[in-house]
Amino acid sequence: MTALGTLVVPVLIGTVAAYALGRRVDVFAALTDGAAEGLRVIMKILPALIALLTGIYMLRASGALDALVSLCTPVLSLLGIPPETASLIFIRPISGSGALAVGSEIINKYGPDSLVGRTAAVMLGSTETTFYIIAVYFGAAGIRKTRYAIPAALCADLTGFIIASLTARLLL
Amino acid sequence: MALAWIWTGMVVVSVVFGLATGRMELVGKAALEGAGAAVNLALSICGVTCLWTGVMEIMRRSGVAAGLKAFFMPLLSVLFPGSRHNRAAMEAVSANVSANLLGLGNAATPLGIKAASEMAKQSRGGVATDDLCMLVVLNTASIQLIPATVAALRAAAGAARPFDILPAVWITSLASVTAGILAARLLARLWRR
Repeated sequence: MTALGTLVVPVLIGTVAAYALGRRVDVFAALTDGAAEGLRVIMKILPALIALLTGIYMLRASGALDALVSLCTPVLSLLGIPPETASLIFIRPISGSGALAVGSEIINKYGPDSLVGRTAAVMLGSTETTFYIIAVYFGAAGIRKTRYAIPAALCADLTGFIIASLTARLLL
Repeated sequence: MALAWIWTGMVVVSVVFGLATGRMELVGKAALEGAGAAVNLALSICGVTCLWTGVMEIMRRSGVAAGLKAFFMPLLSVLFPGSRHNRAAMEAVSANVSANLLGLGNAATPLGIKAASEMAKQSRGGVATDDLCMLVVLNTASIQLIPATVAALRAAAGAARPFDILPAVWITSLASVTAGILAARLLARLWRR
């Protein structure tokens, strides 16, 4: 499966380039023009990234995240979510690398084939780093008033966590 | 403004907790580390982002993007009614959806950002349109066909069959995307501009 993943990228790029050249497109100019636009995008999202990561790092170092986890444990068991995955649930929407670290810690501690380990894996595989996506997309687009995007996205995340706990129990 | 409240909340809570737990020094250090980490992150995604926005431009000029758009249009015109006639945005969204389905996470983000920039040309005063909110919600709950990273994690931990979580991941992604779309549609009615 991983082999498939590594194959897709070069084959895709090669096919697109060959097809475009066949249609007499200046492939090199198109690539560099597009890449220049990518550079401008990076410049636009960098300020939002600095703000977001500064906040996240401070929150983690202060111990507030751990306090939130222990506070919410009873609510989670009520929703059918294993309390052992609480730290993953809170880190998942705000930090991709943090979630990967916490997730692998849980999987190793409880075992990859245990209920908790499987639930953590399904959660990791079926959700995204919500606040990173929001900061980066809206940052690049110059949007300051995000309206209902955050509550709607968090609603999707919460559903994902609940259904992950359910499917990990029923399907595996 | 939501981001202003969230960010200020994060910082204030950190300071209060830092003071209460006597970790103020760590919090201060973390602030500087976080700012530096953002620049590192931007640098580390810069090359991939430029590569994929470049490939997107080749696809656009050669008509591949138009083909993708035609394929996804029935679905996209339902999800993004306001951008239906915005050709550049619809082409970028089609490429973004394709990358998500192929499991190319690091291609999906630059393509989604491009779609967001194109859609933002229709918005006024930095206010998110319904279509922009839908694009963000779809990407935060993205459907991943092959969660390769998680499978690798499980394999490293000694799982019997690392990929046996696939059906559970698919059902869960589908449920969360559906919940996101429904929530976005419902909130769009309540959240009049």
